[in-house]
Amino acid sequence: MKRKSSGSVEYTSAKIKRIISNIFVHLFLTILAFIWVSPVLWVVITSFRGEKGPGISRIIPKSFTIDNYTKLFNETTVLNFPKMFMNTLIIALIVCVISTFFVLSVAYSMSRLRFKVRKPLMNISMILGLFPGFMSMVAVYYILKAMGLTDGAQLRVALIMVYSGGSGMGFYIAKGFFDTIPKTLDEAACIDGATKFQVFSKIIMPLSKPIIVHTILTSFMAPWVDFIFARVLTTTKSDYYTVSIGLYNMLDKEYVVQWFNSFCAGAVLVSIPIAIIFLLMQKFYRDGMSGAVKG
Amino acid sequence: MKKKKKALKAPSEFSKEFNVGKALKNGGPLTWISVIIFGAGNIARKQIIKGLLFLAVEVAYIYFMVTNGIYNLSMLPSLGEVEQIEVWNPKGFYEYIAGDKSYLILLYGVVTIVISLLFIAFWRETIKSAYKAQVYAKKGKHNNTFFEDVKDLFDGSLHKLLLAMPVTGVLVFTIMPLIYMISMAFTNYSKVGEHLILFDWVGIDTFKDVLSLSGSIGNEFWSVLGWTLIWAVFATFTNYIGGMILAIIINRKGTHFKAMWRFCFVLSIAIPQFVSLLIMRTLLGTSGPVNTILLNNGMIDKALPFFTDVTWARVTVIVVNLWVGVPYTMLQVTGILQNIPADLYEAAKVDGANAITQFFKITLPYMLFVTTPYLIQTFTGNVNNFNIIYLLTAGAPTPVGASAGKTDLLVTWLYKLTIDNQKFNIGAVIGIMTFVVLSIVSLVAYRSSGSYKDEEGFQ
Repeated sequence: MKRKSSGSVEYTSAKIKRIISNIFVHLFLTILAFIWVSPVLWVVITSFRGEKGPGISRIIPKSFTIDNYTKLFNETTVLNFPKMFMNTLIIALIVCVISTFFVLSVAYSMSRLRFKVRKPLMNISMILGLFPGFMSMVAVYYILKAMGLTDGAQLRVALIMVYSGGSGMGFYIAKGFFDTIPKTLDEAACIDGATKFQVFSKIIMPLSKPIIVHTILTSFMAPWVDFIFARVLTTTKSDYYTVSIGLYNMLDKEYVVQWFNSFCAGAVLVSIPIAIIFLLMQKFYRDGMSGAVKG
Repeated sequence: MKKKKKALKAPSEFSKEFNVGKALKNGGPLTWISVIIFGAGNIARKQIIKGLLFLAVEVAYIYFMVTNGIYNLSMLPSLGEVEQIEVWNPKGFYEYIAGDKSYLILLYGVVTIVISLLFIAFWRETIKSAYKAQVYAKKGKHNNTFFEDVKDLFDGSLHKLLLAMPVTGVLVFTIMPLIYMISMAFTNYSKVGEHLILFDWVGIDTFKDVLSLSGSIGNEFWSVLGWTLIWAVFATFTNYIGGMILAIIINRKGTHFKAMWRFCFVLSIAIPQFVSLLIMRTLLGTSGPVNTILLNNGMIDKALPFFTDVTWARVTVIVVNLWVGVPYTMLQVTGILQNIPADLYEAAKVDGANAITQFFKITLPYMLFVTTPYLIQTFTGNVNNFNIIYLLTAGAPTPVGASAGKTDLLVTWLYKLTIDNQKFNIGAVIGIMTFVVLSIVSLVAYRSSGSYKDEEGFQ
């Protein structure tokens, strides 16, 4: 109150300063947003582009067409996009079920149960995480071959096993979430005569919907975005390609001129479900992180 | 020192009443018989199904060892000697008589060893179980029936039920393959010298080659390792700080349209990473849109060498990684940033600190303290970041005659060595070295971080 009279000049100069810094910030954000959004826009525009090939001289195409999309579904002799899409979808659905079960089981055990090998197991999983992911790819390939899973339709089984087999090690985020649920709940239930399984299924799981959704969505996404495992396992058997290999192949030198626009169309099609999943997941992403590091 | 003692004491919360040593020392005749005939002790104490299951496992193991296992192990030292022979069949064609395949012999050997180790662990459990049954019978306590044991899986032993499948999965698809690859590092399994079918143990020769400061592989290794570390440090910290600044700017009081800005950045991660990387590769290619547009507008005379010049390529990779990673980091740190006590900033403002000072004196130290485990994970992830390098540059530019390109990380080099060049032994050594580097960096950091030591402080 006292400073009001003498501070009015200061007040206005501070205000001007704030306005300037606000303008500066918004300008900065606009530039950044442009950098981040323009490649995305470019892909969407290119997926409707009439003229072919990746080398273009104008940003806005001369003509628009939806041929690039229909081509994906009609010209299936060279690159069978619908089949790849179905392969990926089937694999993703099954992997999603298995991985979700694995991740939640491990996370729950590590977080809320106490047993002798708990810390050793956690240390082992940490150590295993330090090896390059596909260092063992060659070995996995031989093991699957010994099981007779590297030919024909069994390749799908092989891919499912590869994606879900080791998924139990990705338990950290879910464990962080379980850690935040008060232990007194378990204790109260135990006093009332609940078994530990009942605590798990009837008390903790209903409270953990966000993390269950998060786990389901991340497991579902894994086969869509993996490129390298699918490539090593399927080699040249194009019947069992997943979308990522298909899209990668469209940029191959022999296909790129004919297929580039369709690549963009395919990218858009694959991105739509992933984008929806991601937008749904955003919230859990943030919560999971801040939950996990609070301890 | 104090803390160490505490850590040593911790396991005592689990009963050590029944261990193998005690079982052998104090066990009665039935327990001793159980050492050889699994489950004998349990069957005698009326745990018949349990005892029979133990026995069945033993019989199965012995059957496996007799039919396959012993042969597998016996082949392991030599890894097979018999070459594939070509025989002229008088009917007019060549016949092939299959020889030994070292990679299969090694694989079966590793599988047999893993099964045997599991069997030994199982054997210890059966002895403990027999001893427990004996002690309980003596004390007149009730020994669980099979039905009660199964019921216990849903209560006291819930962890066994929950962990059985995931641990098996990890064992088969992560641990066993790793042991196999690690053992490959000690062989000459490589295209060099035609050792793709038959190969031998060579001890640590391959390690010597890779780690030597002279020699082509050695030279490549050290330069790739150097670039991998530089990349990992830059990729981790540019993303971390970039994401933090973005989050702060968006969340600051004066910023309008917060949701819109956030959406703009999140949009780019909604696209699968491999798609956005392939798009970036096309955009920045020599005849890609960026170069074409710049050339057409006369802003440059010749195409910018995004992926063809070493320095350009390295910077491009880090910048593209920034494009890919900053939105993720922004999302992840937003929640934590809001946890920083507001009075810290108010106090700083009173003391006349500007935004930049506040960032370096308050935000950064606080974030570093809270997110060390996250940073280590990101660092590890970046060292092993296969996609970004492989899909963007595929390691290019590659000097003539070299197997590693100038932007190759250890992982992508490992891929090239094994899949493209079939030098499996060198690939395995590279994998092990990656592990060594990562464990030195992260185990030390992780174990000294607050959230590992004080894991249960929060519960």
